[in-house]
Amino acid sequence: MSDSTVVAHAAPEHGHEEHPAYLRHHFENTAQQADAAGFAMWLFLLTEVMFFGGLFTAYLIYRNWYYPAFVEASHQLNVVWGTLNTAVLITSSFTMAMGVWCAEMRKQSGLVLCLILTFILGLGFLGIKTVEYKEKIEKHHVPGFHYSLKSFVDPQSDPEIYKEYHDKPLALDMARHTEVYFSLYFVMTGMHALHMIIGIAILGFMIFRARAGAYTAGHVTFVENFGLYWHFVDIVWIFLFPLLYLISRHQ
Amino acid sequence: MTDQREMEESQHHVVSPLIYIIVGSSLLVLTGVTVWASFQEWGNFNAVAALAIAVVKAMIVVLFFMHVKYSSKLTKLTVFCGLFTFLTLVGMTLADYISRAWGSW
Repeated sequence: MSDSTVVAHAAPEHGHEEHPAYLRHHFENTAQQADAAGFAMWLFLLTEVMFFGGLFTAYLIYRNWYYPAFVEASHQLNVVWGTLNTAVLITSSFTMAMGVWCAEMRKQSGLVLCLILTFILGLGFLGIKTVEYKEKIEKHHVPGFHYSLKSFVDPQSDPEIYKEYHDKPLALDMARHTEVYFSLYFVMTGMHALHMIIGIAILGFMIFRARAGAYTAGHVTFVENFGLYWHFVDIVWIFLFPLLYLISRHQ
Repeated sequence: MTDQREMEESQHHVVSPLIYIIVGSSLLVLTGVTVWASFQEWGNFNAVAALAIAVVKAMIVVLFFMHVKYSSKLTKLTVFCGLFTFLTLVGMTLADYISRAWGSW
């Protein structure tokens, strides 16, 4: 009885203070709300770290087991495309960070511009990835879908492909183990590309919302947390690039 | 006093564009360095160098682009705990693979 009286009296004092429309009632103030959202975003990103971490560990172990085959297979990747893609992705991370800054400074046109640039750079990354995937399909280097040992053991069997790439033939057991490398290559870059596609879709949505002025009225949580996601995807690529493209390049 | 300090800590810090420009260009430079390093003949240190540069790049992204340097203690602790758990899991997995008697059965 007495408890409910206390609650009934306490509620009006707290409930009807002036506050921004976006502040949910279960939060004390906007700073607490933003902190809670940021904390939750980081927890989500940590599950993503574990997910990609498992793939990186698998890569590490198989690379130790089939080292020569992994060296040979990694030479099949084009460093120029890989470097270009890294630059594109880092630039998109930069434009995204600038977008968060614009949202915080309430610069609407700046935010829209940054989001569009990030969107375009993200598509550019996927475009370059498509060129690389297309080459792998042409060369029959896609495990489980389009894979031929012959293309490794006897590259001259397909004169058109040989004319373009001049691959040297591999021994049969080594050729078989390159399949492990390419499986990991496609799973890792494929999962990374899927994250990019999801990110680009959300970016498209955000561009429309930003044009309507949704993020430049003080409530920047969505832009900020999307920024965290986009930078995380960038970090995954920062590790994928040296591990898949570069690590055995000198041999 | 404590309230005031808490207020200051939760005050939203806006990172200036200048820092973003510095961070973005240093990431591009480090990308160039890692490509250059991969063509050098350093034996086992090629892998070490590649991973070291990647870790530095990732740290720069986490600290500045992802604002962890300017975040609350809760965020810092969350990130640290996550990375610690991740490294522990990878370390234990690798320890298992290294310490088995491969080939003797």
